[in-house]
Amino acid sequence: MSAPQILMQRGLDRPGESHRLEAYEAVGGYRAIRKALSMSSEAIVEEVKKSGLRGRGGAGFPTGTKWSFIPRGSESPTYLICNSDESEPGTFKDRWLLENDPHAVLEGMMIAAVAIDCHLMFNYFRGEFSYPLARWRAAVDEAYAKGYLGKGIFGSDHDLEVVTHYGAGAYIAGEETGMIESLEGKKAQPRNKPPFPAVEGLFRSPTVINNTETLATVPWIVEHGADAYAQYGTEKSRGTKLWSCSGPIARPGVYELEMGYDLMQFLEDDLGGMLDGVGLKGIIPGGSSVPVLTPDECRGAKLDYEGLRERGSLVGSGGFIVIGDNVSAVDCLLNLAHFYAHESCGQCTPCREGCGWIEQLVDKILLGRGTEADLAMILRISDLMAGKTICALADAMAWPAVAFIKKYPDDFAALCAGPVDMDALAAEVGKRDHILPRAS
Amino acid sequence: MTPFALPESAVAEVDRTIALYPERQAAMLPVLWTVQREAGWISPEAMVWVGERLGCSAAAVQAVVTFYTMFDERPVGRWKLQVCRTLSCELMGARAVIDRIRERLGIEPGETTEDGEFTLQEVECLASCGTAPMMQCNLKFYENLTPERIDALLDELRGSTPRPFDVEPVIYERPDLDGYRAMFPRTLERARTGGAEAEAK
Repeated sequence: MSAPQILMQRGLDRPGESHRLEAYEAVGGYRAIRKALSMSSEAIVEEVKKSGLRGRGGAGFPTGTKWSFIPRGSESPTYLICNSDESEPGTFKDRWLLENDPHAVLEGMMIAAVAIDCHLMFNYFRGEFSYPLARWRAAVDEAYAKGYLGKGIFGSDHDLEVVTHYGAGAYIAGEETGMIESLEGKKAQPRNKPPFPAVEGLFRSPTVINNTETLATVPWIVEHGADAYAQYGTEKSRGTKLWSCSGPIARPGVYELEMGYDLMQFLEDDLGGMLDGVGLKGIIPGGSSVPVLTPDECRGAKLDYEGLRERGSLVGSGGFIVIGDNVSAVDCLLNLAHFYAHESCGQCTPCREGCGWIEQLVDKILLGRGTEADLAMILRISDLMAGKTICALADAMAWPAVAFIKKYPDDFAALCAGPVDMDALAAEVGKRDHILPRAS
Repeated sequence: MTPFALPESAVAEVDRTIALYPERQAAMLPVLWTVQREAGWISPEAMVWVGERLGCSAAAVQAVVTFYTMFDERPVGRWKLQVCRTLSCELMGARAVIDRIRERLGIEPGETTEDGEFTLQEVECLASCGTAPMMQCNLKFYENLTPERIDALLDELRGSTPRPFDVEPVIYERPDLDGYRAMFPRTLERARTGGAEAEAK
């Protein structure tokens, strides 16, 4: 798997060993935590804030700002959770990091823990990650043996323990309050906010939850400084991002790109273009929950927060799914609708019912029994889902539904029984445009 | 109802797990994993046992067991084949992989072979999209699958014994994808015939 090395993925010049503590330290690992321990916690938070690092799990919330919400001198303990419940379809970068660079994740967690005065932190793995989990456990054992974890880490007066936790198959456990519920031994049903986790999170205590990739980026920022980090990327989208690339392309895999990289250049040069004989139908750039981009929208698009938003999509988790012109958009939407119907946690009616209804309607169209009214009904249901539930899973169903019908109306019309008035369909879609992400 | 029991070593493991957390119930998922590994599945008796250990009701345990897809509420085959069906895998031929397993084993997704060797399940994205299609067999990933590789793998599995801690993935070479374009005739073909084929069914 070729991965252009920019800031992350250190130690890759030692394939098969990059997950070992020795290999990590040989390329400067665990210098940043030593530096962090010599800084005040406020200074660490300030540095990460200044770097402009945003959450790499999907929501893109500024990391330093999230840390700054933790109340100082809280009476109850503060907790840190690393979100390694990577489940967004098309995304496999965190798995890659945990298998190949677990110490970078661990060091990032240590720095975050020092910054928010946390002494017990958790890494929550999805239940299917047995191999990344084994690599991680070995890394944690190495760190304990060296005195990097436990009482007085690195000879400081900061005690720090880590608990490795793992789920058992639930996409929604990746939502941050769903993860808290899951870690408390319950169904992973997201909580109403407020209160936000920074005020009342795990075990009713202040809690920070960060994505694995986000935390793995932190050591570089602390070691080299926020200004050095801001040299990479664009004014508003700083640094680099990992992209997990899949579909009928020549070289799938995990890639690290500077923010602002040209999408088509990435597809053609780095990913080696489409497989022979397959044309480009569309690209879902940020995991299955974000709207698909047509080839026209892909041309000239920049891979960063603003660039993708301008095209009506999002960076999301960086799950870059390339779709070939040998598949129908109806197939794609049915596949995703089945996913969301299966993964809806069931507590909000619009999501629990809506995902299932959309799946049934798309299935009906695929069987050749759908009509124009069914297409209108999918759009109407999407309208009743987006923004009307506790978490964003309903939106994650509504966006692809509206986007696939809007961008590939012919695919749907071709399978419908009876005629479809394309102008009327376009008008119906137009009324739902507000559901899709827009340039801010 | 016969009371549930685990070997002493597993009970010790459960107690060690509980001690890691500030609150007992937080150990729920890892404890259930230990139970499933030892007993093969999670029975109603096991749920009562776990509830007693964690200081919560058996109903609270059952709610968790039924919510998370990896917990088995009934016995499964020695080999549990969980094939990813989500978008990236489907785009790269997951359907052909699932169909080959169905044909070879004579079971549908969700079923177990009569000899108790294999259970087949369709599951959602397993974060292995760059090496699609793939499946998880017990705790091990098999990536870049093809129907031919399934043939060989099923033969190999039938003659061997599962090792619970064998988790290192098997990543085959990416197959020759010259025939990729022909892999998805179904929907586009149907669109061209105006759904006539589907109607005929």
